[in-house]
Amino acid sequence: MSRRSVPGAAYLLVLLIVVFSTFGSGFAAIGNLLNIGVQSSVLLLLALPMTLVVMTEGLDLSMGAVLSLAGVVMATLLMNEHRLAAAVAAAVGVGLAFGLANGALVVALGVPPFVATLGTLGIAQGLALIASAGQSVVGIGDALPALYGGEWLGVPFPIWVAVAAFVILRVALSTTRLGSYVSAIGGNREALVLAGVRANVYHIGVYTLCGAMAGFAALLLTGRMSAGHPTAAIGMEFDAVAAVIVGGTSFERGKGSLGGTVVGVLTIGVLKNGLNVLEVSSSLQVASIGLLVIVALVIDSILQTLKQRRQSPAQTV
Amino acid sequence: MKNVAYRLIAVLVIALVLTFRTDVFLTSANVLNVFRQASLTFLIASGLTLTILTAGLDLSVGANVGLSACLAATVMKATNSVALGAVAGLAFGSFVGVLNGLMITLLELPPFIATYGMLWTLNGVTYWFMGGETIHGFTPGFRALGSGYWLGVPIPIYVMAAFLLVGGIFTRYTTFGQEVYAIGANREAARLSGVPVRARLNLVYILSGAMAGLAAIVYLARLNSAEADIGEPLTLPAIAAVLIGGTSLFGGVGSLTGTLVGALTLTLVVNGMNLLAVDASWQPLVTGVIVILAVWIDVVVRQRSEARV
Repeated sequence: MSRRSVPGAAYLLVLLIVVFSTFGSGFAAIGNLLNIGVQSSVLLLLALPMTLVVMTEGLDLSMGAVLSLAGVVMATLLMNEHRLAAAVAAAVGVGLAFGLANGALVVALGVPPFVATLGTLGIAQGLALIASAGQSVVGIGDALPALYGGEWLGVPFPIWVAVAAFVILRVALSTTRLGSYVSAIGGNREALVLAGVRANVYHIGVYTLCGAMAGFAALLLTGRMSAGHPTAAIGMEFDAVAAVIVGGTSFERGKGSLGGTVVGVLTIGVLKNGLNVLEVSSSLQVASIGLLVIVALVIDSILQTLKQRRQSPAQTV
Repeated sequence: MKNVAYRLIAVLVIALVLTFRTDVFLTSANVLNVFRQASLTFLIASGLTLTILTAGLDLSVGANVGLSACLAATVMKATNSVALGAVAGLAFGSFVGVLNGLMITLLELPPFIATYGMLWTLNGVTYWFMGGETIHGFTPGFRALGSGYWLGVPIPIYVMAAFLLVGGIFTRYTTFGQEVYAIGANREAARLSGVPVRARLNLVYILSGAMAGLAAIVYLARLNSAEADIGEPLTLPAIAAVLIGGTSLFGGVGSLTGTLVGALTLTLVVNGMNLLAVDASWQPLVTGVIVILAVWIDVVVRQRSEARV
């Protein structure tokens, strides 16, 4: 095992923070920094499991649509005065079902991930539109907005949820074999199978986790909007994939880390927030994320080259 | 060709069902309308077909159509010249193709990631560029390109036929066409036998962008208005058309004729849903199911043929 290198995005993140603190008045205020954390929380819930999928050389394009659908389901249940716990369970259940379907399509049937999940994206989007008749689902009561707006030790609830998700997943990956299996599915699946590991089960499990987390993220999204909307999270899977790539996880050979993804999510959060402070239109913010991905990839390839150049004299046998 | 024949039978079955279930399906107006819609889908999907033949993908075609159409409309309004607007749309579409090609051949990004990033980047730029505006009302001469008739047949059908003919000859009978199939079938083997893989891939993505630019102009003439969101619903149907048409995502297998049949199948389904008064909300769901079924068939066919070898 080589030492984990710092993703190129870490340098970018520092650079962006310096630039925005200098040119954007109010960027560096504590309130605004917490705001970045709150804004990034939903994205982190999507990007963490997306990291695992990307490590298996896959992709889940359906996450945004599944999140929207789960939000509509959750809001509809709350509107009909069901309990919050029941609504959350239903949202997670919806996500779980889609994740399982994605996993079955990719792993059991051998459908390429980006097309399988593009298909389920259409299905989830269609279901969300049908279930909500294309309208926002409002009147969800006070329980969820109150929970979402709550604080503990001065830190907003969404940040606690995001931190908890990271810690749980990180611990699960390092204390169980899940972590090494996931990277082996992408890196050397054959060896894993020969070693007697039921790779298919873990592989489907990763997609299922993706779906379930997308469903769970509806808790924060619906709380933020105090409503469910059928197209609320369309395209959010792009931000998630961007965060994963910016965070240094690669589509080849199962390399990646959850910590890198946190850096990626924060970079995107800082970029969007900073551009907001500088009053750049939200449409251009979407475009800037595309650019960010390319810049991060270029930085990573430069760092890679430098590292190899530094190591090569020592490694000659 | 046997595959295309099977798919044509599917088209006929859907058409037959719709003929019996609705009164208006088998009127010349509706049939011509189906063909006109299918022509537009075909134009968008034709360049995409080439990229999939090389075992790549261009997810940005829909967004490219959107921005190219908005640009073309703006230039047309500003200069009062249809020709300049059309050139702007085509040039921009091709430029997007150049960028896609460079990301794939120079930065060596997987095609679906590069073009997926391009999709959202173009979407963002389009919304910023249009700022919520709608550009509306073009000269009758230009609109005829989208909604006019010649000898009783809608003009987009002629455009489609012309590109099907040229593209068909191009892919089947030229060295370039053979090289596209060769790259998709086995990239390493193609490289070793002297195919300039990177140059060909660049050209394929430029063609895909150019066809999106062309489709944008025909689409603009048909809609008679440009808005930021017109490209968004086009991506999934274009990919569906290619896959239903029997072009394999794994590369090296497929044809433009197949894509036309795929576009027809999809348009028939949507047309049928409209005639049967099914809510438009169902369309992404049905398209999604069709995409998955089409790829599943592709996977099964591929596994069978591998088992036979």
